[in-house]
Amino acid sequence: MNRPRGKRTVQLLRLAHARSGDKGNTANVGLIALRPDDYPFLVKQVTAARVARHFRGMIEGPVERFELPNLCALNFLLHGALDGGGTISLKTDAQGKVFSTALLRMEIPAPPGFRAR
Amino acid sequence: MTPVRIASGQGFWGDWLEAPVRQVEGGPVDYLMMDYLAEVTMSILQKQHARDARLGYARDFPPLIERLLPTLVKRGIRVISNAGGVNPHACADAVVAAARKLGLAGKVRVGVVSGDDLMLRLDDLVRRGQALNNLDTGRPLTDVRPRVRSANAYLGARPVVEALRQGAQIVITGRVTDTGLTLAPMIHEFGWGETDWDRLAAGTVAGHIIECGAQCSGGNCLVDWERIPGLDDPGYPIVEAEPDGSFTVTKHAGTGGRVSVATVTEQLLYEMGDPRSYITPDGIADFTSIRLRQQGRDRVRVSGIRGAPATDSFKVSVSYFYGYKAIGTLVYVWPEAHAKAQRADRILRARLKRLGLTFEEILTEYVGVDATHGRLAGKPHPDLAEVELRVGVRAPDAAPVERFTREIAPLILNGPPSVTGFAGGRPKVEEIVAYWPALLPKVEVTPVVEIIAA
Repeated sequence: MNRPRGKRTVQLLRLAHARSGDKGNTANVGLIALRPDDYPFLVKQVTAARVARHFRGMIEGPVERFELPNLCALNFLLHGALDGGGTISLKTDAQGKVFSTALLRMEIPAPPGFRAR
Repeated sequence: MTPVRIASGQGFWGDWLEAPVRQVEGGPVDYLMMDYLAEVTMSILQKQHARDARLGYARDFPPLIERLLPTLVKRGIRVISNAGGVNPHACADAVVAAARKLGLAGKVRVGVVSGDDLMLRLDDLVRRGQALNNLDTGRPLTDVRPRVRSANAYLGARPVVEALRQGAQIVITGRVTDTGLTLAPMIHEFGWGETDWDRLAAGTVAGHIIECGAQCSGGNCLVDWERIPGLDDPGYPIVEAEPDGSFTVTKHAGTGGRVSVATVTEQLLYEMGDPRSYITPDGIADFTSIRLRQQGRDRVRVSGIRGAPATDSFKVSVSYFYGYKAIGTLVYVWPEAHAKAQRADRILRARLKRLGLTFEEILTEYVGVDATHGRLAGKPHPDLAEVELRVGVRAPDAAPVERFTREIAPLILNGPPSVTGFAGGRPKVEEIVAYWPALLPKVEVTPVVEIIAA
């Protein structure tokens, strides 16, 4: 899924950690670089468009991205992700608690020098 | 000046009952903050209040205070909590009764913060042109007005500060923001002004960090999770606040869990919208200005926070009756567990259709396969030991949902084989109370502060 072809890739789980939550029918995912040095690479690779592709078919609305360079973090809003959200949703994850690790499944190109780590 | 120590004792209604006890007995603290309210919680409290006018608050709270009160009185620790839910006065009465039972009459002043309840004023507000449009959909409240069950403004820290100023040792509020509960003692202790936006933002960030209890001190933390020590006795967070707005997040010595830049950062991003503009009634905090530094073991220093002026609106949360739902589950077991569960789902749907039942939604999930990560979970393992079939339905009326709950158990004997896990019995029909977020000019709301002597 979303695996760029012909390049050495790495799962986001190796580069970042994450926490997610809800606001109404929107899930938010905070993505945090495990190593501050990787943050600029994540900013370049993990774009709103790419995250929208990653979750295609799973969310009904657009994806917004905000940058928090001070925390080496990106915040994503996944609109229409929670089947109505809160009390209305029938989903196991009605409050979006594990969209965090769903994002960490994403494959991106390995950052320069990753192999040597 | 020694820092003011604000301890988080509950991150939600249903959180660990031992946490507040550990916080007041495990080392020095000045304030115990307990956050009980979420939108889902407000809807539960509202339902309980509708059934019994004496209820509608977090019922765990008075017995908890009874357990803590001798220590609180001895050490002069003050408690701030939004446990009052939709009925703060009843909650305060129960706390006063507990104090008297302990022989502490005359020794405890209880502050009650109300004025957040807008239910009786709703029609008047609408008549005077407050459309209370839904912040997400833009629709006017008149769409759901006959079905409205409650309406509360999110008050800020100021009325809590007033209760502290009047000497309340225990402050019980209705819908005060989670962050306002932590900000209030800082305003009270340091005398921060109403336009001291950077410091108000700093106190708000502190509140955001500790409002979910141990979720910032090692709980639910992905980084290094298997090596986070002592989660059988996790230290809940404590903010050591300073007059300039900087603060340190820590926990009592000898407790489990972890306070690190990673654990605090995860919590900072929890339920975050636009990080540059975290709006509360007390002001706006810019989360892109926060600086974190590990200052030693289980100590994270937080500084540099910038704020912006508060808006002139309160957020209002209106709850309204939406419909009914039920969720049924069955566990299908090896061999071909997933295929059996899928077959059972097709059979169930065919039967519901034949019965002529209509639903707003039928949602099927396969727990153990892809219930939470959908297609991202990839191809399921061909030889799964078991799969839980989880089917949820939602409808405006109770009747089809009620009929659905009777269609689960028959599958055990008249559907696919190797099925178990139904000991819980027939699924429950649940009433859905949904939320309608809106804005209201602050001038329309007058917070009320009362002091009751036990």
